[in-house]
Amino acid sequence: MSPLLSAQGIGKTYGTRTGCRDISFELHAGEVLAIVGESGSGKTTLLRCLSGHIEPTVGRVSYRMRDGRVLCLTDMSEAERRLLMRTDWGFVHQDAREGLRMGVSAGANVGERLMAVGARHYGNIRAAAEDWLARVEIPGERVDDSPWAYSGGMRQRLQIARNLVTEPRLVFMDEPTGGLDVSVQARLLDLIRGLVRRLNLAAIVVTHDLAVARLLSSRMMVMQQGQVIETGLTDQVLEDPQAPYTQLLVSSVLQV
Amino acid sequence: MDTVLRISGLQKSFTLHQQGGVTIPVFNGLTASISSGEAVAVTGPSGRGKSSLLKLVYGTYRASHGAIEVRHEGSWKDIVSSAPHEVLEIRKKSIGYVTQFLRVIPRVPAEMIVAEPLLERGMDEDKALDRARGLLSRLGIQERLWHLSPMTFSGGEQQRVNIARGFAAQFPILLLDEPTASLDAQNRERVLDLIAEARKGGSAIVAVFHDAAERQRACSREISLT
Repeated sequence: MSPLLSAQGIGKTYGTRTGCRDISFELHAGEVLAIVGESGSGKTTLLRCLSGHIEPTVGRVSYRMRDGRVLCLTDMSEAERRLLMRTDWGFVHQDAREGLRMGVSAGANVGERLMAVGARHYGNIRAAAEDWLARVEIPGERVDDSPWAYSGGMRQRLQIARNLVTEPRLVFMDEPTGGLDVSVQARLLDLIRGLVRRLNLAAIVVTHDLAVARLLSSRMMVMQQGQVIETGLTDQVLEDPQAPYTQLLVSSVLQV
Repeated sequence: MDTVLRISGLQKSFTLHQQGGVTIPVFNGLTASISSGEAVAVTGPSGRGKSSLLKLVYGTYRASHGAIEVRHEGSWKDIVSSAPHEVLEIRKKSIGYVTQFLRVIPRVPAEMIVAEPLLERGMDEDKALDRARGLLSRLGIQERLWHLSPMTFSGGEQQRVNIARGFAAQFPILLLDEPTASLDAQNRERVLDLIAEARKGGSAIVAVFHDAAERQRACSREISLT
């Protein structure tokens, strides 16, 4: 099976400043890849290039569509790219407010994604929304509440439900547990792990937290100053790090 | 019996960049081959690389040179040169690894940790949990603990959960790192029974045992690291 997503020589510069450069890798169906590195290492820039939010200065991102065609992101029409982002892809932002529509109810946030792909029957949409809220452990009586009335952890779970309702094959996550209490974080991580396995989702997760990467991902990419300095299986990178910077990163984690 | 694991010319050294770039050599040309149904003990003084050898076979450590070939779905695959997604496939179906300590995940119940390797292979959840519970009960983990995260379990209980997880999927190759270390006599017996059964079922076992008597009971020969 050919890879689901493939990046070739991705680079992004802002004037003379480098966001990221010369990044190539392949992601297969069902794989979870963690991109780790400290703030400013280019993780988020790379994620935004891969997910079509910004256009890379150089390089190509290609994606295997549901019908088997492999298309380059930049060759797609705007309409095709939008459809892809609304159906086959999800994007979970660190700040749930960026990924949710805060002005409408929780149920509508989930239902809206379905309507965007053509669902019209209100009863079905509502049922799907309720089903997904239950799967992310949001009680049914909160379905009509505004996300403003939700806690940070609930908002993040709502954002995940909104993204997964269209059964995407690939989800991009930018620090999905950043800014949450550790207890809330544990619950969210457990939820994401379960969903990834049950739905055979592929995911690219940006995080600066090596423990989060260990829990969620099977593969890891370490970034420093805009470049990928080490890649491998997650246990490989964490237990047998090769690059000096990765060794520093791994040995700097505090033991509880 | 058929050979299922072939190690040839294995070299491994660690370079510690944070400690002045000192290099620690561990293996320099190790060669071994292991067949299904046999259990091989890795022996040698502490710090000689017994656990490292298991980690190299599992792909957790990257070999500097050489090949580690495993029998996977009827053909030979080299762990050292396989792409990450291929190594994951090999781990899913062909190699199991019981580490010295259980990696506990918050909120995930013991029975789920044990069932996970089966679920990853696509087994139905009810069936996987059935097998998981059977193993937990065989290893003397009380039923009231099955639904709890092993976070608060004793060291011995955690290790038994870990062992149950390792044996759940009946891997053709099974790596065991001190599987009996933190167990009492009764539970040690249970683990030795599981090993004997796995061998009868055709699994090849590579194990590190602290205890010489247990090693002799469980294993048919040794790879001696001197």
